[in-house]
Amino acid sequence: MSALTSPAITRADGRFLAGGDRHMNPYLAGFGLGLVLLASFLIMGRGLGATAASGSVVAWLVGLVAPDWAATNPGLKGYYAEPPWINWTFYLIVGAFIGSLASALLARRVRWRIERGPQLGVPARLALAFAGGAVAAVGAKLAKGCTSGQALTGGSQLNAGSWIFMLAVFAGAYALAWFVRKEWR
Amino acid sequence: MILPLYGYELISDAQGLLVALVLGFGFGWFLERAGFGSARRLTAQFYLYDMSVLKVMFTAIVTAAVGLWAFSAAGWLDLSLAYLTPTSIGAQLFGGLLLGAGFIIGGYCPGTSVTAAATGSGDGFLFLGGFVSGLLLYAVAFSGLELWANANSLGALTLPQVFGVPYGVLVLALVAMAALMFAGAEWAERRFSDMRPR
Repeated sequence: MSALTSPAITRADGRFLAGGDRHMNPYLAGFGLGLVLLASFLIMGRGLGATAASGSVVAWLVGLVAPDWAATNPGLKGYYAEPPWINWTFYLIVGAFIGSLASALLARRVRWRIERGPQLGVPARLALAFAGGAVAAVGAKLAKGCTSGQALTGGSQLNAGSWIFMLAVFAGAYALAWFVRKEWR
Repeated sequence: MILPLYGYELISDAQGLLVALVLGFGFGWFLERAGFGSARRLTAQFYLYDMSVLKVMFTAIVTAAVGLWAFSAAGWLDLSLAYLTPTSIGAQLFGGLLLGAGFIIGGYCPGTSVTAAATGSGDGFLFLGGFVSGLLLYAVAFSGLELWANANSLGALTLPQVFGVPYGVLVLALVAMAALMFAGAEWAERRFSDMRPR
């Protein structure tokens, strides 16, 4: 069993691991996710998204020290107009945090961990997680959406730009996968 | 026609925020159920031995796409009231490449990093921290990109418009394409099963 376990995980029950079979059937999970997305369109006339929640927090924090800059910067002013407490996506992500936690608690999957392949140290993994997040943020901001706001939402609307985005995401990740394989395997 | 409810002002802004909490709960629930709080499971998609990302994503897209078409064809949903992100080809191509790079380097995308962090992943928290920092970096250093993307915007543009094909026909083509991709995904998982770490 331990062969599958990343070094940071000590409990040898195999949960959280790539390809573990204790999860919901992916087609069933996708169907559930699709119904949530559809409900969002039917009720709110908009899909899901994750980027704007962080954007709203960043713009609000920046606004505390430099309100004029936050209100005029092209990358912030849209977010600054909607601080977290009135930002729809912020509530969505708070809900997602609670829903993820509830699901994992029921499945007894909540555990402090730092996931990585056996050949990578913890500091390196954390640095790469941070760097990856920063690169993803620049991409999501430029593309006006991420895997949720563009790929899922725009994908189901047959939005032309969203399909370009989706193909580019897969292309970018596949192109780099070989170079970072030791991070995961 | 009464849908979307918010577009017809049948629910208020405050009720909308409550709806967001409930929808978000379902969003997070299914991401976690699918195992998407795990960076290794997510990135396995790019080593071909676990294609869950593709299966979950495209099942969700097909489900919502068929539903949107059906509700609008039945005359219950006014699709013109659903927000469509403007298309800007270069920005979405380049932004998508960057997001894909961030995904394979960091192990998550923005939504799944929330699921990871919520269930105790330190690397999930760091990804979120990096994401927030990246948005700030963008505001400081890349505002010019934002102006370029907006200047080259084509506005709301859908694939039925691009190809000049009726909406329902394209939804049908999407279902057929997804079925082929699922068959390919099942094949790939068998073919590349030896890539799985052991």
